[in-house]
Amino acid sequence: MAVKAEFDIPVITNVPRTPGLREGAMAHSRPFVAKADHQEPLGFPGELVEDWHDRAIGRMGELLGEYRSLQVFMDACVKCGACTDKCHYYLGTADPKNMPVARQDLMRKVYRRYFTFAGKFFPRLVGAVDLTEEVLGEWYSYYHQCSECRRCSVYCPYGIDTAEVTMAGREILASVGIGQKYSNEIIGKVYKIGNNLGLPEPALADTLEGLEEEVKEDTDVDVRFPLDEQGADVLLVTPSADFFAEPHVDGLIGYAKVFHQAGIRWTLSSHASEAANFGLFIGSQGNMQRVAMRIREAALELGVKRIVVGECGHAWRVAYSYWNTLIGPFDFLDPDYPAPQHVCEATWDLVQQGALRFNRENNDDKVVTFHDSCNVSRASRMGSMPGGQFLIPRELIRAACNHFVDMRQETIHEGTFCCGGGGGLLTDDLVELRVKGALPRMQALHEVIEQHGVTHMAAICAICKSQFTKVLPYYDLGMDMIISIHQLVGDALELGVER
Amino acid sequence: MLTALIAGLFYLATATLTIGLARKILVYARTPAPLKIPTTPAPTSRAGVAARLLREVVLFESLFKASKWTWLFGWLFHFGMFVALLRHLRYFTDPVWGWVAWIQSAGIYAGFAMVIGLAGLWARRMLVDRVRYISAPSDHLMLALLLGIGGSGLLMTYVWHTDIVALKAFVQGWMRFRPGELPADPVLVIHLLLVICLMLVFPISKLLHAPGLFFSPTRNQADDPRERRHLPGGA
Ligand code: HEM
Ligand code: HEM
Ligand code: SF4
Ligand code: SF4
Repeated sequence: MAVKAEFDIPVITNVPRTPGLREGAMAHSRPFVAKADHQEPLGFPGELVEDWHDRAIGRMGELLGEYRSLQVFMDACVKCGACTDKCHYYLGTADPKNMPVARQDLMRKVYRRYFTFAGKFFPRLVGAVDLTEEVLGEWYSYYHQCSECRRCSVYCPYGIDTAEVTMAGREILASVGIGQKYSNEIIGKVYKIGNNLGLPEPALADTLEGLEEEVKEDTDVDVRFPLDEQGADVLLVTPSADFFAEPHVDGLIGYAKVFHQAGIRWTLSSHASEAANFGLFIGSQGNMQRVAMRIREAALELGVKRIVVGECGHAWRVAYSYWNTLIGPFDFLDPDYPAPQHVCEATWDLVQQGALRFNRENNDDKVVTFHDSCNVSRASRMGSMPGGQFLIPRELIRAACNHFVDMRQETIHEGTFCCGGGGGLLTDDLVELRVKGALPRMQALHEVIEQHGVTHMAAICAICKSQFTKVLPYYDLGMDMIISIHQLVGDALELGVER
Repeated sequence: MLTALIAGLFYLATATLTIGLARKILVYARTPAPLKIPTTPAPTSRAGVAARLLREVVLFESLFKASKWTWLFGWLFHFGMFVALLRHLRYFTDPVWGWVAWIQSAGIYAGFAMVIGLAGLWARRMLVDRVRYISAPSDHLMLALLLGIGGSGLLMTYVWHTDIVALKAFVQGWMRFRPGELPADPVLVIHLLLVICLMLVFPISKLLHAPGLFFSPTRNQADDPRERRHLPGGA
């Protein structure tokens, strides 16, 4: 039942291979450009400004002064090539400009021309070029073929993180009037309505009520989905896809069951009904801070003692790594839980305390593998040990399932492959890129299906879940293979038994 | 005439290298790192970070994960160059420090390691289509330059010996701004002119990877954003 496509779907081979270069293979790929309505609420000009050249170079100079990462990364690359076969978009498309170093070079060649001695006087020698409209077009195309997944930065001897360059590229583009419609429109919705999906408060309340009824029908237990409850202990902030998209919503049901069973008073907030923060993707710290601030406001307003973040990769990166800087300090939280937690950490704590009991047999129809999400794996942590972000989700799966296997070593943990839809690329105008970029993950999944009869792949990221739902059928696999960890947890959890 | 030229160029190159590098390091140190971006899993303490950087410098840990061939040739080249440079300290120290004298004999293999490593890296740059694609002329020239230095050095060690005693007198004098006569061996002159080129391009080229590594936020930040509130400007 493979989906028909306008483009060639990559073929899964017995042994994964690194393709030879196919120049220009993805030169046509570019997402829709933001209209003035999408740009202006974020503080960007509505269309290409007249003095775009000077403004772009000016903005680049500012960013070089504001981000040591960008300054060092522009200088330090030795073109060793270690990263060239590490990007899923290169592996899936064979377009050489999707090799991380080549993606950086799109900016580096301009950096050299305007900011270095060698590039000013010997441009040919060091491959420096003027910033032209054509170069800008290339930036737009290829900085939207990077999911900011940081896989390249693991392997680079200097830790050069192409994601930082991509973010800077997008920020420069947006600041001269060429923003990306998908991301910027969504950020606008968060400002206006409070979440990415543009789900207003009454609709949210309705949805949650519906979920209460659904769980009651299934389990005969009154599991609550509270909204804006003053004085709750825990504020749960989760990606808005959890409210109704499949398979996300089953994860939300899982969180609710865990809180119910542990006797924790929790609430969602209509003011902060979104964990996602696309300000990260567009490289705009100002917008990222503005989006995040709603969560601090909601926590203070509701008087909660803990903040827990639902299953979402980049949201957890922002929460774990940036919130303390952007919207901290969190001195108003319970000293026992002084920092925002991941829902997997919260559930795992409860498991260790013996507060939850599981009927693993409930999941015996499944052989489960786990897809590490890039932002969780390479840009954050769970628990107190480095690498806890790999252990805790797996421990939770093992607590809830009898049959778990991992995929090939190079494709998990810090070496995990992006789902292909992260970093603001989860949009229908980029389907070809998304399908091709998913190849390495599909390849690894295919292997465990063949070898171990895997039936389900669990994930803890809303983008991963939506992306896989979309692309699995292109590879002849069922879209319902993808599942939330908290669905597994929720399905195995014994509800209502004495603790 | 030759002596004066080489000595003068060396003063110029030394000044360029020192000032250029100091300027760059100052820029790196002063540019803020506004957000926490260590590539995780990362050490949670400063001591752990120091150990991570040490592994990157000494073992090329990340490169080892990425590509065994590049790692092998790259490590041979750098380690060989490092030992050969230590061996060179005998020109600059008088009396020669004990450990410098001690590494002299083992040191001759270092020159070969350096040249073999460079040759392997250059072969990779020309033969692997992906690496060829990302190479600018300057990337090839840099390898040629270093091969020239290593090759001319080895020629002196094994084929056309130069007058080491006179060379040392020259170097010692140069350090006191009174350079003596330089032996006029063509290979030595080539060796030295190439070294001068290397010193001149160091602060304006990709050789900035050496200081850059220490300032790379993905490697030099500790994974402790929960415990310590990272404020803009902080390391
Ligand atoms: C802190 C000290 C240094 C460290 C950690 C370091 C590390 C590395 C690493 C990991 C690579 C990539 C792998 C490879 O191609 O070898 C590399 C490349 C390179 N390094 Fe260094 N390096 C250091 C100092 C130097 C110095 C002092 C020089 C020159 C005098 C140098 C010259 C080069 C060159 C030319 C390349 C590119 C080789 C190629 O074209 O493939 N490095 N360095
Ligand atoms: C002040 C600068 C330098 C001087 C005066 C100098 C001088 C010499 C001399 C006289 C030799 C022959 C040694 C012998 O006959 O035993 C030599 C060898 C060599 N030089 Fe240099 N050199 C200088 C800088 C460098 C630099 C910067 C490099 C590397 C980047 C280098 C790499 C080598 C190598 C690899 C050899 C061959 C192996 C060995 O004998 O250690 N030299 N150099
Ligand atoms: S961050 Fe990820 S998507 Fe972007 S270049 Fe690196 S590996 Fe590719
Ligand atoms: S691994 Fe790092 S240094 Fe090597 S080519 Fe890629 S970005 Fe440049």
